[in-house]
Amino acid sequence: MAMDAVTSETAPPGVGSRQGVMPQRAAAGRVRLADLSAQGEPWLWCLGGALALGIVMILGFLVLVFWNGVVTFWPKPIEVVRLTDDSVIAGLPTRSARFRVGDQVLAALPAEKRAEIAANGGFADRTLYRVGNYDLYGEDFRWAADFEVVDRSRPMDLVLVERLEWGVFVGRIAAFTRGGETVRVDDPTSPALAEAWRTARARWHEIRRIEKGEIGTVNHHLEQERLRLRRALLEHPDGGPAAEAARARFAERESHYQAQYEALAARAQALKAQHEAETVTLIDVNGREKVQPLGTLVRYHAANQLTLLGKLDVYLSRWAEFLTDEPREANTEGGIMPAIFGTVAMTLLLVIAVTPFGVITALYLREYARQGRLVSIVRISVNNLAGVPSIVYGVFGLGFFAYIVGGSIDQLFYPERLPSPTFGTGGLLWASLTLALLTVPVVIVATEEALAAVPRSMREGSLACGASKWQTIRNIVLPRALPGIMTGIILAMARGAGEVAPLMLVGVVKLAPELPIDGFFPFIHLERSFMHLGFHIYDVGFQSRNSEAGKPMVFVTTLLLIALIFAMNLTAIIVRTRLKRKFAGSQF
Amino acid sequence: MAEAALKDRPATDGFDPTSYHVREGGRGTAVEIRDFSLWYGTKQALFDVGMSIEAGLVTALIGPSGCGKSTLLRCLNRMNDLIDGIRIEGRIAIEGQDIYAPAADVIAIRKRMGMVFQKPNPFPMSIFENVAYPLRVDGIRDKVLIQETVERSLRGAALWEEVKDRLNENALGLSGGQQQRLCIARAIAGSPEVLLMDEPCSALDPIATAKIEELMDELRGQFTIVIVTHNMQQAARVSDNTAFMYLGRLIEYGETEVMFTKPKVARTQDYITGRFG
Ligand SMILES: Nc1ncnc2c1ncn2[C@@H]1O[C@H](COP(=O)(O)OP(=O)(O)OP(=O)(O)O)[C@@H](O)[C@H]1O
Ligand SMILES: [Mg+2]
Repeated sequence: MAMDAVTSETAPPGVGSRQGVMPQRAAAGRVRLADLSAQGEPWLWCLGGALALGIVMILGFLVLVFWNGVVTFWPKPIEVVRLTDDSVIAGLPTRSARFRVGDQVLAALPAEKRAEIAANGGFADRTLYRVGNYDLYGEDFRWAADFEVVDRSRPMDLVLVERLEWGVFVGRIAAFTRGGETVRVDDPTSPALAEAWRTARARWHEIRRIEKGEIGTVNHHLEQERLRLRRALLEHPDGGPAAEAARARFAERESHYQAQYEALAARAQALKAQHEAETVTLIDVNGREKVQPLGTLVRYHAANQLTLLGKLDVYLSRWAEFLTDEPREANTEGGIMPAIFGTVAMTLLLVIAVTPFGVITALYLREYARQGRLVSIVRISVNNLAGVPSIVYGVFGLGFFAYIVGGSIDQLFYPERLPSPTFGTGGLLWASLTLALLTVPVVIVATEEALAAVPRSMREGSLACGASKWQTIRNIVLPRALPGIMTGIILAMARGAGEVAPLMLVGVVKLAPELPIDGFFPFIHLERSFMHLGFHIYDVGFQSRNSEAGKPMVFVTTLLLIALIFAMNLTAIIVRTRLKRKFAGSQF
Repeated sequence: MAEAALKDRPATDGFDPTSYHVREGGRGTAVEIRDFSLWYGTKQALFDVGMSIEAGLVTALIGPSGCGKSTLLRCLNRMNDLIDGIRIEGRIAIEGQDIYAPAADVIAIRKRMGMVFQKPNPFPMSIFENVAYPLRVDGIRDKVLIQETVERSLRGAALWEEVKDRLNENALGLSGGQQQRLCIARAIAGSPEVLLMDEPCSALDPIATAKIEELMDELRGQFTIVIVTHNMQQAARVSDNTAFMYLGRLIEYGETEVMFTKPKVARTQDYITGRFG
C-alpha cells in the first residue's frame, strides 16, 4: 500500500491510472506489486536524472559566464612582490594555480624550500600577475611562484593607468606638464592632475571629432564628387560638352572641399601639437620612466586606496566605456558598441527577411498546395535544410548573394565605383539574407504546425459566413496561428544571432571602420561590413596577440551576447504571450 | 406543391409514397434536393435523397447517429467542399438554382445559407466584430449600417440585453449558451435565406436550450430553418416538418405532428418510440 501511494504520486499519468486499480486488489486481500519494468520507475529516474543533468550543466555554464563577466571590470588591488633574486614586480593578481616544479628550478632552490615542495608532492603554488607596461617589458603577465616570493605589499601610491595604446601601466605618476612647466605629482589623487587630465582628454576627444566627424564629412563629399565625375565620364566616354562640364564642376568643388579640408586639418594639427606637448611621466616600480601625452590616458586610479564608492565608480565607468565605445588594442580593450550594433541590426534584418518568406511558404504548403507526394518531398527537403552545416550557407551566401547578385547590382548601379565592390562583397545585407536562408526552415516548420493547429471549426465558421479562402486565412487563421509563428521566429532569431561561421564569409570583420548607419544618405548602408559579438568572442579569445588579456573580454562579450539574445527573445515572448492571451479560453 | 414533391421523390426501393406528407408553408420551396447521393471516397454516405424544404418553415432532420444528417446539411451550403475525396451525384437547388453547377459561386451560395454548428465557434475577436464579420467580408464599410445590423442580429438572437454593455469584450468570455446565440446572431447578420443548424443545442444546458428553441420559434417565418437534432422532444416542439433518415436514406418526411403521433413507416415509429437507434 505504501508503495502504491508513492508511485501514484510520482508516476506519469498513464502509469498512475493503471495503478489506481491496485488498492482494490489489495483490499481483496492479495497485495501484488507489478514488477519494476512495468511500473516504469527506473525509466522515470533516468528521465529525471537526464533532465537534472541538463539543467545543472546549463546553469553551471550561465553562472560561470555571468560571474566571470560581472567581475571583470571590478578594480583589483595592485600588489608589489619582491622576489628572491631581488627583482620587484607590481601587478594585479589575476589567478593562482598549482604547478609541478621543474627539476632544474628545484635544484637551484635552498634546501628548506625543496623540502616544502617535496612535502607537497613536487607541486607548488604560483600566482599570475597582470604587470602591464607592455611597452617596457614586452609582456603583460608574469607568473610568480610562492617559493620565490620574499614579501608582498600594497603601497598606496601605486596607480593603474589605462592607456589608449600598449595596454595598462602599473606604477606611479611622477609628473605632468602644464603650459610648458613640469608639475611634480606626489599624490595620484591630486586635483591638479585630475584637472589637467580632464582638459587633455577633452582636447583628445575634440581632435577625434574633427578627424572622424568633420574631416570625414568633407572626405565623403569629395568622394561623392569624384564618383559623380567618374559616372559622367563613363556615360560620355568620348568627351563632349557634358564631360567637360562635369570636369569643370569637379575641379571647382574639389578646390572648395580642399580648402575646407585644409582649414580643418590645420585646426586638428594645432590641437595635436598641444596634445603632444602636454605629457605625463609614468614610472614603474623599478624606476623605469615612460613619458607620453596626458591625453592618451583613458582612466587612472590609485588602486590600493579606492573606497567602495570609488571602486564602483571605476566599475561603472568601465562598463559605460565597454558598452558605448569602439574597440582598442586589437579589440582586447575599449568598447564593443559596433559589435552590439552589428549583431542587433543583423538580427532585425534577419527577422524582417525570414518572416515573410517563411510564413508565405508555409501558407502555400499548408493551405493551398494539394497535399500530395510533391508537397511531402518539399516538406522533407525543408526539414533537411535545417541540418546543412552553417558554413555551407556561408559559402553559398558569398557565391550567390555577394558575387552574383551583388556583382550584378554593382554593374548596374555603381559602375563608377568599380573595381572596388559596393554590394559585390560581404556586407550586412548579405549576412542577414544568408542567415535568413539558414533559419527559414525553422519558421516554415513552426508556421505549418501553427496553421495545422487552427481548429477546423474556426475555418468552417468563417467560410459559412461567406468569407473567401483568403479572407478566412487573413482574418481567422493567421491571427490564431500568430503565437505559433512567433515561436518560430523566436527560434530563428536565437539561432541566427548566435551563428558565427557563415558570417565570417559574408561580411563580418574584426574591426569595422564605419557603422552601417550614419548621417549620409541613405543613412542605412546595408552593403557595409560590420562587427558581430559572436565573431568578436572568437577574435578576442583566439586570434589576439595576448589571449590572457583577452580572456576577461571573452567572458564579458559572451555575457553580453547571451543578454542580448535573451532580451530579444524576451521581447518576442512577451509579444507572443499578449497574443496568446487574446485567444485564451477559446476551448471550453 | 405536394403533387410535385411526390413526383420528385426518388424511386428507391422500399420507399412508400405515403411516407411523404409535407406540410406546406405557402411560400414555395426553399431548397430542392433530388436523387442526391454522396460518397466519402468509396464509402457511400447518402443514397438518392430527395426532398423539398418548405420556405419559411422549420424542418428537422432526425435519425440515428451516422445516418448522414450532418452530411446532408453540409451539402446545402457546400461545406463538404473542404473534404478531400468526396463525390456527389444528383442535384440540390436553392430557388431553382443548382448549387453544384460548375459555374455556381460557392461564396454567394454560402452567403445565402447561414450555418450554426454543433459546437459554438465564435471567432477570437470582440462580440461586435463577431457579428459584423459577414458584413466585413462583404466589404461593407458603412459604420452606421454595420452598427444597426449588429444590434438587430443580436436582438434577433435574443442576446442583445445580455451583451449590449460589453460589445467590445472578447467573445470567448461568453458562456457556452451565449456563444451559441452569438453564432446564431452571426449567421443571421449576413441576412441569409436559409439557416442551417447542426445540433445547435447539444453542447448546452436545458435553460440555454430552451432559449435557443424560443429563438427558433421567433425566427420562424423570417428564415427557412433546417435543424439537425437528436432530441425528439426538441424536434417535436420546434419543427413544422420532420425528415427521418436511416443509413443514408430518407425514410419518411412529413408533417411533424403526424410523424410523432402516427408515422406512416414502421421504422420511423420504432425510432421515435426509442425501440432502436
Ligand atoms: N469526412 C468524412 N470522411 C469519411 N466518412 C465520413 C466523413 N464524415 C462522415 N463520414 C461518414 O458518413 C456517415 C454519415 O456521417 P454524418 O456525420 O453525416 O452522420 P450524422 O447523421 O450527422 O451522425 P451524428 O448524429 O452522429 O452526427 C457516417 O458513416 C460517417 O462515418
Ligand atoms: Mg452530425
